[in-house]
Amino acid sequence: MSRLSDANVAIAKEIISRYPRPKSALIPLLHLSQEQNGYITNEAMAHLAELVDVTSAEVYGTASFYEMFKFEPVGKYVINICGTLSCALMGSEELMHRAEHKLGIKAGGTTADGLITLEHAECQAACTEAPCLQVNYRYRFRVTPADVDSLVDDLRAGKLSDEIPAHGTLAKVRQHIPADRGVGVVAPEAATTAPSWFDGKAAL
Amino acid sequence: MTGTYAHATGFYAGDRPRIVTSRFEHADSFTLERYLATGGYQGLRAALSRPSNDVHDEVKKATVLGRGGAGFPAGTKWGLTPDGVFPRYLVVNGDESEPGTYKDRLLMERDPHQLIEGCVIACYAAGLSQCFLYIRGEMAQAQERVAAALNEAYAAGYVGKNILGSKFSVDVVLHWGAGAYVVGEETALIESLEGNRGMPRLKPPFFPAAIGLYGKPTIVNNVETLANLPWILTNGADAYTAIGTTTSPGTRMVAVSGHVKRPGVYEIINGTTTFRDLIYGDDFCQGIRDGNELKAFVPGGGSAPWFTPDQLDIPFEGPQAGAAGSMLGSGAIMVMDNTTDIPAAALTLTRFYAHESCGKCTPCREGGTWLERILRRVVDGKGTDADLQQLIEVGTSICPGDFPHASSTRLGLTAVPFPYKMTTICFVGPSAYTPVHSALTLFPEEFEARVTKRTHIPVTAVGVGE
Ligand SMILES: Cc1cc2nc3c(=O)[nH]c(=O)nc-3n(C[C@H](O)[C@H](O)[C@H](O)COP(=O)(O)O)c2cc1C
Ligand code: SF4
Ligand code: FES
Repeated sequence: MSRLSDANVAIAKEIISRYPRPKSALIPLLHLSQEQNGYITNEAMAHLAELVDVTSAEVYGTASFYEMFKFEPVGKYVINICGTLSCALMGSEELMHRAEHKLGIKAGGTTADGLITLEHAECQAACTEAPCLQVNYRYRFRVTPADVDSLVDDLRAGKLSDEIPAHGTLAKVRQHIPADRGVGVVAPEAATTAPSWFDGKAAL
Repeated sequence: MTGTYAHATGFYAGDRPRIVTSRFEHADSFTLERYLATGGYQGLRAALSRPSNDVHDEVKKATVLGRGGAGFPAGTKWGLTPDGVFPRYLVVNGDESEPGTYKDRLLMERDPHQLIEGCVIACYAAGLSQCFLYIRGEMAQAQERVAAALNEAYAAGYVGKNILGSKFSVDVVLHWGAGAYVVGEETALIESLEGNRGMPRLKPPFFPAAIGLYGKPTIVNNVETLANLPWILTNGADAYTAIGTTTSPGTRMVAVSGHVKRPGVYEIINGTTTFRDLIYGDDFCQGIRDGNELKAFVPGGGSAPWFTPDQLDIPFEGPQAGAAGSMLGSGAIMVMDNTTDIPAAALTLTRFYAHESCGKCTPCREGGTWLERILRRVVDGKGTDADLQQLIEVGTSICPGDFPHASSTRLGLTAVPFPYKMTTICFVGPSAYTPVHSALTLFPEEFEARVTKRTHIPVTAVGVGE
């Protein structure tokens, strides 16, 4: 079952309601779908297409452009090792070798038990903390090869399941705009005059 | 290894004026409670007590140079929306992914309310009706902190309907990406926010300030740019311009990474701090690791032509770095010591840009891949001198003409300031060549030693066009 659940449809509708055009919600909704299923299925894309009123092909067109969306199952944990300059200078290649050896797979692969996927990544905006990696987009800084071993051991032993949710979940807090506090969308075709507060006088 | 997110990791305050990082030492710097206890939302109150155009003038007077890379003054940019055309939108660029850059993520994780306050002030000043705050997809914690802060700010009346009980209302909507470097380019950011593939639009004629999100006037500003606004509205433009230089006032955040003793993020006085201060200063990186020597450094993010030790005394200031043939970009210095394998270092950057090409322009799509493949061959010791010639030929087909030189004096060539002559829509194409060009012109001997059948390195072919 890879359509969004009823609970997630409610979340999706709230997200859609914040944009002047529903298609703008597509990337957040793809994330929601990936959070639910671990990856993006055809059925999921068809459902999202209904929700934002575009074709499935358009959904795939957008989704396939972005690195984070997976169209086949990946591990519960995706390890991304940064290999861009700052990390390379500080030994990221060694980390990748160590991870490949420890996991018995090559970068791009998933362990036979489906627990861990290993990937090459590009600059993670933590260059001063090089070399670094992310596990499901949670950081590890100044990583040594020995750290890679213990990270894998901890993941296998389930020791990090509180800290690191399964692949697909990003922020654990969602934005929620209370009905009495929100302004609502400002539609490009409807609001063609200056906002009423933009009147040359102080607002307070 | 740092397990959970350590406290303001890698940030060093030092004894300097602080505008955007003033709360970073507090363990709870991201909460509304701490924000309010440390002057938070005072700038917003000050702004709303004045007419919008007054607030806009104050920001213009402060000359807040854009921190996303191009350095265009924010107040001037806000003035470029066409008169009388509404609605206007604000899109906040939190896509930080230029190699070497680490500051916006810290600002979002450590002080999300400061950013939110900046967004609301910008909307008020420039008549922007809705704000979309676009955070890079891979930054789960930044998304979480900003979401939590927005929820707090809505509940407390700092965002949304009738802000601070005034007649001013605006929504700030959190949006997050899904992994694509080029989306940081402002027109690609807008495409992505419309739910499309994040490919840059051709500009001119469609600068976002005139035709942006949903075809409407749109201001795109970087996270750090906006984070300066609360301080400016609280303390005034005069206090801001009293720091830094006339052309580059205030402070800016710089990340220094690579082979230094104390890599870190620093808020520095704009315009006066030199690269030598940053790399060797006690208050900054304290020199090169293990007693090694400095070999070269990238002065402004992966797209920037490299500098060598003879350029250490150039101040971290846009026009001066430009005159020396490079740029400050997004405030990111990557330092390489004498143990660095230069061709391999260049390969990591070229691979990055080749990989991140959106595929819209042929020179970038094809050229980037070519550069990566040839350079890989050279690094693996399987290249020939013809490969080196070809690197230059492919490179100059991506960005033809005189080329800015990291170390012009060494080659006796004239340095040309940015931007390049381009055959591509955006900067990704040229950026795939920049590291190759810098490495090859500055350290030809390392390439020579790597290739077989050496005759000569055709460095003289560089800079004279195709
Ligand atoms: C390929 C490319 C990538 C960019 N990436 C970013 C980025 O990650 N963050 C950012 O703020 N600006 C980035 N920029 C610059 C933006 O296009 C834009 O100039 C900036 O967001 C404007 O904000 P500012 O005026 O406040 O600096 C990028 C530009 C290019 C050409
Ligand atoms: S230069 Fe490269 S990334 Fe930029 S628009 Fe062209 S193909 Fe896309
Ligand atoms: S180079 Fe690895 S985080 Fe930037």
